[in-house]
Amino acid sequence: MSSHIRRCKTIPLYARLVRYGFRKHATYVWAALAGAFTNSVFGVLRAYILIALWQTRPGLAGYDVTDAVTYCFVTQAFIGPMQLFGGGLGIPERIRSGDIALDLIRPASLQLSSLAEDLGRAAYLFLVRGFPPMLLGAAMFGIVVPTDPGRWAAFLAGFAIAVVVSFGWRYLVALSVCWLVDDRGVAVLSLVLTTFFSGLMVPLHIFPGWLGDLAAALPWAAMVQLPTDLYLGKAPVLETLAFQAFWAVVLLALGALGTRAIRHKVVIQGG
Amino acid sequence: MVRTYFLLAWTWTRAAAAYPASFWLMTVFGVIIAALDVAVILVVFANTTSLAGFSRDEVLFLYGAASVSFTVCDMFVSNLDRVSQHIKAGTLDTFLIRPVSAWLQLATDRFNGTRVGRVLQAGAVLGYALAVLDLDWRRAWMIPVMVVTGMVIFTALWTLAGALQFALTDAPEVSSSFTYGSQQLSQYPFSIYGRDLVGGVTYVVPLAFINWQPGLYVLGRDDPFGTPEFMRFMGPAAALVLALLAALAWRQGIRHYRSTGS
Amino acid sequence: MIELERVGRSFKVKRNVVHAVHDLSFTVSAGEFVGYLGPNGAGKSTTIKMLCGILTPTSGRVRVAGLDPSRRRTTLARRIGVVFGQRTTLWWDLPLADSFELIRLLYKVERAAFRSRLDELTETLDLGSFMRTPVRQLSLGQRMRGDLAAALLHAPDVLVLDEPTIGLDVVSKAGIRDFLRRLNAEQGTTVLLTTHDLGDIERLCRRVMLIDHGRLAFDGTLEELMATAPDEATIEEVVTRLYTGSPAQ
Ligand SMILES: Nc1ncnc2c1ncn2[C@@H]1O[C@H](COP(=O)(O)OP(=O)(O)OP(=O)(O)O)[C@@H](O)[C@H]1O
Ligand SMILES: [Mg+2]
Repeated sequence: MSSHIRRCKTIPLYARLVRYGFRKHATYVWAALAGAFTNSVFGVLRAYILIALWQTRPGLAGYDVTDAVTYCFVTQAFIGPMQLFGGGLGIPERIRSGDIALDLIRPASLQLSSLAEDLGRAAYLFLVRGFPPMLLGAAMFGIVVPTDPGRWAAFLAGFAIAVVVSFGWRYLVALSVCWLVDDRGVAVLSLVLTTFFSGLMVPLHIFPGWLGDLAAALPWAAMVQLPTDLYLGKAPVLETLAFQAFWAVVLLALGALGTRAIRHKVVIQGG
Repeated sequence: MVRTYFLLAWTWTRAAAAYPASFWLMTVFGVIIAALDVAVILVVFANTTSLAGFSRDEVLFLYGAASVSFTVCDMFVSNLDRVSQHIKAGTLDTFLIRPVSAWLQLATDRFNGTRVGRVLQAGAVLGYALAVLDLDWRRAWMIPVMVVTGMVIFTALWTLAGALQFALTDAPEVSSSFTYGSQQLSQYPFSIYGRDLVGGVTYVVPLAFINWQPGLYVLGRDDPFGTPEFMRFMGPAAALVLALLAALAWRQGIRHYRSTGS
Repeated sequence: MIELERVGRSFKVKRNVVHAVHDLSFTVSAGEFVGYLGPNGAGKSTTIKMLCGILTPTSGRVRVAGLDPSRRRTTLARRIGVVFGQRTTLWWDLPLADSFELIRLLYKVERAAFRSRLDELTETLDLGSFMRTPVRQLSLGQRMRGDLAAALLHAPDVLVLDEPTIGLDVVSKAGIRDFLRRLNAEQGTTVLLTTHDLGDIERLCRRVMLIDHGRLAFDGTLEELMATAPDEATIEEVVTRLYTGSPAQ
C-alpha cells in the first residue's frame, strides 16, 4: 500500500522538478538571449573556417559545404542546452556551503532530482539559445532542414539522450568537488575534454588517424557529433542511439555510485 | 599608473601564492586550453595544405601574433569584463571610493599570474612560425609594432566590453562577443571571411589591424580583398582612435552607474 | 566642507521615475559632527553616494572639500573616508593586514605615517587579535572596526558613515561611539553620520538633519529637534512624530 502511494507521487514530483527547472531559467531571459547572441556570432566565425576547408576539400568526411555549415550552427545551438562549457547544476556551491547535506536526507534521489531540473533547464535553453544560431545560419549561409519526419524523430531522440549524457558527465564533475580542495582544475579539464572531443570545434570525422577513432568511441562524441549526424542523416539511426544510450547508462551508473559515496562522506561521517 | 598597476597586481599575486599547488595546476591547464585553438588549426591542416590561399605556417604566424597580444591583455586587463558581476554584487561602489581609477582597480582585482602560461604558449607558436617561414627580414620591424597595436586594440575592446556591461548588466555575455569573438576572428587569415564582414572589421571596428593588415606586409603578400598598400601601416592610428572611443565609453558608463538600492 | 545646492537624484525603474533625493540643500562646516536621519528609503544612502562621487546627481550642485565629487572623484577620495555599514569596503578574501597594505598603496600613504597611524588605530579599535584573519571570517563587529580603520588610514578631513553601528552589540557600539567622538574632538575631522540608532545621535551629534522622501524636513541642534514636539519626552517619540506626523503609539 505504502509503496503504491510512493510510486504515484514520484512521477509527478519529477515532472514538477522539470517544470521548476524550466521556469527558473525562464527568469533569466536576458542572460539566455545574450548567450544566444554570442553563440550565433561564434557560429558565423566557425562557419567561415569550415567553408574554407570544404572549398578546398569538397566531400570531406561525407559532408558537402552546406552540411558543414549546418554542422556548425547545429553544434552552436547545443552549447546552451548541454552546457558544453560546464556548470549549470549548482551542486558544487551546495557542497561548499554544506547545504548538500539537506539535499541528501530528502526522500527523493539527489541524482534524479538534479536530472529532472537539468532537463527543464535544457528544454528552456533549447528554445531560447538553440533557435537563434540556426536561424542566423539559415539566413546567412543556408542550412540543411530535414523534411523527413523520421529523421526529425531520430534527431530529437538523439538530442534528448545527448542531454542526459551531458548531465551524467557534469554530475560526476560536480560531485568531484567533494574530494578536492580546488575544483577549478577539474572544471578546466572537463571543459577541454568536452569542447575538443565532442566535435564542438571541428567534426570528429576530420581528426586524423587514431585520434579520430579514439574520439569517436568516447562519451563526448555522444553529446555533439552523433545527434548532429542524426540531424544531417549521416549516421545509422539505431546503432547511433544505442551507442548514446550506452554512455548515458554508464555515466548515470557512475553518478549513482558517486552519490552513494558522498552520502557516506557527508551524512554518515558528517562532512 | 603603471607603477600602481604592478603594486596592486603584486599584492594579489602574493595573496595567491599562499596556494602554490593550485597556482601551477591552473598555469598548466591554462596552457592546455590555449593549445586547443592550435590543435584545431593542426586538425584543419591535417586535411589540407592551404586554407583560403594561406599555408599552415602562415596561419600559425597570424595566430601567434594575434595570440601574443590577446593573451597579454587576457592576463592584465581581462577582469574588466566582470563589471556586471560587481554591479550585481554591489562591490563596484568600493572601487569608486578609492583615489585610483576604477578601471585600474578592476583590471587588477584578484590578479593572478596563472595566465602567463598562455602568453608563453602564444609566444612559442609565433617563434616557431617565424623560424620556419622564409621571411624578408627587412620587414621584421613590423612584428613588434603589430603585437603592440594588437594589445592596444584588445585592451580597448575589453574596456568597451566593461563599459557595455553598465548598460547590459543582465546580459554580460554579449560583451564576450567583442573580446573572445575578436580573438577567434583574428586567428585565421581574413581571406576566409565574407567581403562585408571584412569591410566591417576594417573600417568600423578596426580588428583587421590586430594581425591581418600588418601580417600581410610581414609575409610580403597582397590583400586578396585588394585594399591599397598604405592600409598595412594604419594599425597604430586605428588602434588609438579605438582606444579613445573606449575611454569615452568607459567614462559614460561610470557616470551613468546607478549603484544598488541598499 | 560639504555643500549641497538644490541637489536631485532620480532613478528610472521600469518606466517610473523614483526621486530618491529632491531639491536638497544644506551645508556642513569643517569640524562639525552631524547626524543624518530619515526613515527607510528617505534618500540617505543616495545622498552619501553623491557625496563620495559614486552617483552623479541628476540636478544641482555638490561640493565636498571644494571639489565636485562626480568630476574629481579620485582627487576627493584622498580627503574623504567612507564606511558603508551594510557592506564592507575591504577585500573579502584578504587578511585584514593585507587589505590595509592595499589601502596604503592605493592612497600612497607614506610608510612611516602609515605605520604610526595603523598602530594608533589598532590600539584604539582593538584590531590586534584578528589582523591576520581573512575579512570574510570576521564577525560583524570586528569587520566594522576594520572598515573604520580602513576609512581613516589616509587621515581624511571628512568622514561619512552610513549606518556604522548596524547590528552591533551594546559594548561594540559604545566603543565605536567613543572612538568617533574623540576623532571629531581631537583631530577635528568633520563627520556625517547616518543611523537608525537614535542613541548614536543623542550621544554624538550636536546638529541633526532629518530627510523624508528626499527632502530636508528638519535641520537644527539636538535641543531644537526636541523642541519641535515639547509634549514628547524621548528622542524616539520626537522622531516618530516627525516621520509619521502623529504621536508615537
Ligand atoms: N540604484 C537604484 N535604483 C533604483 N532605485 C534606487 C536605487 N538606489 C536607491 N533607489 C531608491 O531611492 C530611494 C532612496 O534610497 P536610499 O537607499 O537612499 O534610502 P535610505 O534613506 O538610505 O534608506 P535606508 O534607511 O533603508 O537605508 C528608495 O526609494 C530606493 O528604492
Ligand atoms: Mg541606506
